[in-house]
Amino acid sequence: MYTIRSKEILAPKEYDIWVDAPKVASHAQPGQFVVIRTNSRGERIPLTIADYNKERGQIRLIFQVVGKTTREFADLKVGESLSDILGPLGTPSDVKKFGTVLMIGGGVGIAALFPIIRALKEAGNRVITILGGRSSDLVIMKDECRKYSDELIITTDDGSEGIKGVVTDAMKMLNERGEKIDQSWAIGPAIMMKFASITAKELNIPIFVSLNPIMIDGTGMCGGCRVTIHDQIRFACVDGPEFDGWGVNWTEFMNRLKQYRDEEKMSLDKYLIEVGE
Amino acid sequence: MTMALSDISKDRLPVPEQDPKERVKNFKDVVVGYSKNEAMIESARCLNCKNAPCIKACPVSINIPAFLKEIKDGNLDESWNIISNYTSLPAVCGRVCPQEKQCEGSCTLGRIKDYAPVSIGKMERFIADWHASEGKQITPDIPEQNKGKVAVIGSGPSGLTVAGDLAKMGYKVKVFEALHAAGGVLMYGIPEFRLPKSIVQREVDNIKALGVEIEINSAVGRSVTVEELRSEYDAIYVATGAGTPHFMGIKGTSLNGVYSASEYLTRINLMHAYEFPYHDTPTKKSKHVVVVGGGNVAMDAARSALRLGAESVQVVYRRSLEELPARIEEYHHAVEEGVSFMWLAAPTEYVGNDDGILHKVKCIKMALGEPDASGRRRPEPLEGSEFELEADTVIEAIGQGPNKVLLNAFPELKLNKKGYIEADPETGQANPDWVFAGGDIVTGAATVILAMGAGKKAAIAIDEYISAKKIRKG
Repeated sequence: MYTIRSKEILAPKEYDIWVDAPKVASHAQPGQFVVIRTNSRGERIPLTIADYNKERGQIRLIFQVVGKTTREFADLKVGESLSDILGPLGTPSDVKKFGTVLMIGGGVGIAALFPIIRALKEAGNRVITILGGRSSDLVIMKDECRKYSDELIITTDDGSEGIKGVVTDAMKMLNERGEKIDQSWAIGPAIMMKFASITAKELNIPIFVSLNPIMIDGTGMCGGCRVTIHDQIRFACVDGPEFDGWGVNWTEFMNRLKQYRDEEKMSLDKYLIEVGE
Repeated sequence: MTMALSDISKDRLPVPEQDPKERVKNFKDVVVGYSKNEAMIESARCLNCKNAPCIKACPVSINIPAFLKEIKDGNLDESWNIISNYTSLPAVCGRVCPQEKQCEGSCTLGRIKDYAPVSIGKMERFIADWHASEGKQITPDIPEQNKGKVAVIGSGPSGLTVAGDLAKMGYKVKVFEALHAAGGVLMYGIPEFRLPKSIVQREVDNIKALGVEIEINSAVGRSVTVEELRSEYDAIYVATGAGTPHFMGIKGTSLNGVYSASEYLTRINLMHAYEFPYHDTPTKKSKHVVVVGGGNVAMDAARSALRLGAESVQVVYRRSLEELPARIEEYHHAVEEGVSFMWLAAPTEYVGNDDGILHKVKCIKMALGEPDASGRRRPEPLEGSEFELEADTVIEAIGQGPNKVLLNAFPELKLNKKGYIEADPETGQANPDWVFAGGDIVTGAATVILAMGAGKKAAIAIDEYISAKKIRKG
């Protein structure tokens, strides 16, 4: 049983949950994800693995409530269970010694970035991390990321913490001070990854982004998660989720994310009525 | 006793079906099936001929004249016993086998001018359904499972067959399934109206009753490694299927509204999108649907789209009716239900609006040229014949490739040029030799019965392989 062992709220609508999933915990690597269902009538959604503990047989999932399934997941109490967890899925991050790596995170994408930061640090890289958000309280996992970063830069839209601005401002600042970056990662909202990729290209920094399109099976059998990378169709579930950020067709990616907006709203509204809200 | 030909009806007894006008509004089984009386009448048409070409044409060699004779005589339990000696999935095969190319296609009666072959498939289905609802339920004797341990990867028809047969021989078998439900393509691919999922579940339960363990949510290569399996099991059987959708790759392939048939059907079958919002997974509500392709999968997608309320569903196929790979029965059902067909045409581009939503399909007409490598005449575009179709949904059903998760994680496994597993056609043995494989992951997308047949042969070969190994080890 995929039983919830602990649950915390990290930021408004952002949940941090440890759940039993021994097979996933013992095989997970940075950059991978799981597909979950909350119940037997539920949809299958992908969530990135934020952390894993082999000894306890648990994985950590950090997610934002955006629709019915994530809302239902957030409403589960400690001791209750998900009906399904499949994973770890996807190709793991390319963890090796690059030299200096730049790690850029935003929103719940920071949770996906965290295990990669840790692994890259352990692989002997010098790690510079930029975490961005609208305001200070929306930038999660600051202490955990700081622990494995040689330098941690925070950017907020409203200036409530760190640099007032967005992550690309911090990228440019690093460039101006003469940092030579050998490889970068950006994980966060699509719009953030898009602009981080554009900036990285301008600065001639290679960049991986982790794409989270709509998925069903998560094993390469439906093609619903297809993305276009350097003009080629790839499946995010098996070929990704990480791709070369320079080559992503962002317009298409963002359009496809909106595909079921009406149905998602209908589902959420129905659920909220059912639970009496 | 020999029957005079003049005593035998030329036509087969029509099988009751739901009215097309009604069934297009529901996902229930299209075919209602024979009653006992009807089955007895139809089975009496069998000539019981000596050479029985039907048996030779059946990939699992069911003794067809014998089970038909028992139906004719009203001995339904006996008829069931005969069938179940040969197949573990009769309710499935009775519904989805291409009988017109196999048993019925070779039926002696059908070769006589003006005579239709015996309705064998419908009779197989009848006896399986009758057994499930009224037959004598015998709890199977589970032999002691101490001959060895076998891991089966994939719970589709091939995996279930090999698992059931090995359990009966005395092996401890565990089946690993990546999805949340067992059954493979029977669950995610074939629609409810052709193969009710309760029937698949029944067949899966029958296999479990033999002592087979099925572990869902387990993608071998990711959730469990091949090395882990190797250290725990005496042999593994790979039946991971061919579900990776191909796309034509024309401009606009990633517009919203363009689906692979795999996605469209998985949403509907596995995820119950036809019951949205009671089930959480939706499909878009379509008005005008274009289905590209001419196989059974294309027919399934087209007929599903109609049932979900589409105003028009048009199949665009680059060859003509004569070359249509779909079963003729499925084609007829599709036509009855209101699917229209555009022969000798192919899409060249999908066109969307500024938000990336599909609204029309550019096509071109084709003409058939010289035969190609497959022996079928090659379709060639006719210059200047471009035209457009209004569509908010396109479903590409142009074929699938091998499933990749296991193959990517198992580079030592020998593949053929097309990327499928190279396996001995008689035994299913692959390279390395402790691996056996069968079904679509070896042959490419084929039929349920061929996958089952491969499972039956492999079960025997795996038994021999493990027995020999144990003797050698002493």
